[in-house]
Amino acid sequence: MGNMATVSATTEEVLMYARPESLENVYTHYCPGCTHGTAHRLVAEVLDELSLREQSILVASVGCSVFAYDYFAVDACEAAHGRAPAMATGIKRVHPDRVVFTYQGDGDLASIGMAEIMHAAARGEQITVLFLNNAIYGMTGGQMAPTTLAGQVTTSSPFGRDIQQTGHPLHMAELLAMLPGTAYSVRRSLHDARHVIQAKKAITTAFQAQLQGLGFSIVELLSSCPTNWHMTACEALDWVRDEMVAVYPLGDFKVSDELQKPRGKPAR
Amino acid sequence: MSSQLLKGNVALAEAAVRAGCEAYFGYPITPQTELLEHMSRRMIELDRVFLQAESEVAAVNMVYGAACAGARVMTSSSSPGISLMQEGFSYIAGSEVPAVVIDVMRGGPGLGNIQPSQADYNQVTKTAGHGDFHPIVLAPSTVQEAIDLTVLAFDLAEKYRTLVFVVVDGAIGQMMEPATLPPMQPLRPRPEWALTGATARERNIITSIHLGAEKLENFNRKLQDKLAVIEREEVRYDTLFTDDADLLVVAFGTAARVARTAVHNLRREGLPVGLFRPVSLWPFPEEALAELADRSWALLVVELNAGQMLHDVRAAVGRNIPIHFHGRMGGVIPMPDEIEKAVRNLVGKSTTELYTMSKEGENGQHGYRFSNN
Repeated sequence: MGNMATVSATTEEVLMYARPESLENVYTHYCPGCTHGTAHRLVAEVLDELSLREQSILVASVGCSVFAYDYFAVDACEAAHGRAPAMATGIKRVHPDRVVFTYQGDGDLASIGMAEIMHAAARGEQITVLFLNNAIYGMTGGQMAPTTLAGQVTTSSPFGRDIQQTGHPLHMAELLAMLPGTAYSVRRSLHDARHVIQAKKAITTAFQAQLQGLGFSIVELLSSCPTNWHMTACEALDWVRDEMVAVYPLGDFKVSDELQKPRGKPAR
Repeated sequence: MSSQLLKGNVALAEAAVRAGCEAYFGYPITPQTELLEHMSRRMIELDRVFLQAESEVAAVNMVYGAACAGARVMTSSSSPGISLMQEGFSYIAGSEVPAVVIDVMRGGPGLGNIQPSQADYNQVTKTAGHGDFHPIVLAPSTVQEAIDLTVLAFDLAEKYRTLVFVVVDGAIGQMMEPATLPPMQPLRPRPEWALTGATARERNIITSIHLGAEKLENFNRKLQDKLAVIEREEVRYDTLFTDDADLLVVAFGTAARVARTAVHNLRREGLPVGLFRPVSLWPFPEEALAELADRSWALLVVELNAGQMLHDVRAAVGRNIPIHFHGRMGGVIPMPDEIEKAVRNLVGKSTTELYTMSKEGENGQHGYRFSNN
């Protein structure tokens, strides 16, 4: 991805859209049209704006974002499948003055990692979780996830997800909001520019919750997977808007009172 | 420092505290729970990290995280919990971060029971997670040795950036013996490879993924080179009356305690018996054992399992000497006279008879003799 630049009337180059310092200058392995790239950029912009790059530690997970540590320009490690919140707990307890965040997909967080995410939230672990929900196992080629919609066809639900047999989609942002240890739990979507801007605001607030020591914070981001949904990039974004948002309502499910207090611009 | 009466589990915990253990994550399981309980008090008193995890799976992954963060870190568990931790062990090995694990073994398979056992020998020395690696495994047989080896475990873990086990069984975990605790060590500074936030330095990345066959093979070669150094440098064992022993008893941990008494008793009868006690189960002291075996006419391996170390003994000494086995399972600890009987049963037999006995056995299982006592 090249940087977009505009040229002023005086031909002096003005960079309007630079790569955030918190992103490495490398190509990613993500498929064309996938919203991981958008989510990465948002997180990196927030790290830059809050001046957190040099004090942050990322715990990458297993799934499409397994190589997130190659892209974020921060100290990073790679957890076993589902265990990122436990690994982040170990790091945060040793370094309470550092900012620790995980970046997990829906198979990782809502299936195999259910115990770890619930207990990290229950403990009020001072970590921030970026949760990418694309209703499918992307890395392994499009199998049914715990977040797959009823009737959705995947490679392991070829006749469509039968909720009588395989249960219902899990609403993680709502579930985690129920726990007293959670300071911030919201769901946003990445399907158009307006929602991307809202997502970035939520990511900022989630990191602020950690900086203020208020407890566990999570932003669930509805994301597209054009490759495994067998759609074009634009069709996939429309599917997020039309199908996913209907099942996974956007909103704030838990916002700590401390975060709701009026505040100025984020401290730099 | 003066000697005091200490329970094994408490001694292990306090030794770790004094060795500068900065973070502990664990989950309650009998017969190691006093270890976790001691840590829950001491670590908080010292303003260090103690956390009771939601499961052994979470505990070992917290250990993995804290190890990446550069802390001296430890967990402890017992056999079924160790099985659950295998995932994390493999990642720790694959990332080459240091960590210490104490396994207070109990009987299996399945839920088994909470009696003393050595049935984790294979699971810790051979299969501590998927992939090609061995953790260092230290097996004390007294409370004092448990203390000393726990301190050593942290040093070895850091020296080689590897996983180190201290394995005892429920008997050593629960027994009280006089022992001397080491002085309190200061906490270590963070190693330069640790995740501490990339403040004014290049960033650090810790991962166990190496995509590409050649890349992963190269990593594995490097890992094997390190293991080869450990095999050369970190072999530990103990011997008793081996200089002139015709018959060698081979045992570790609690089995070796009982065997020690039996060997002393048999020596008083004038029987030329010695004891070889592996202290490092991996690396297994195969050269030292093979050398002694060359001078003996038979070996008797005694374990609190169905014969697990037995296979390492066979690999070490080959088929040049008859190898007999005496094992008790399910938490039964043999009395010294049981081992003495097993030894006397071998005395006065011809080499041919000994081979035949070792191969056929009394009940035929694996061709080795089991006691029906």
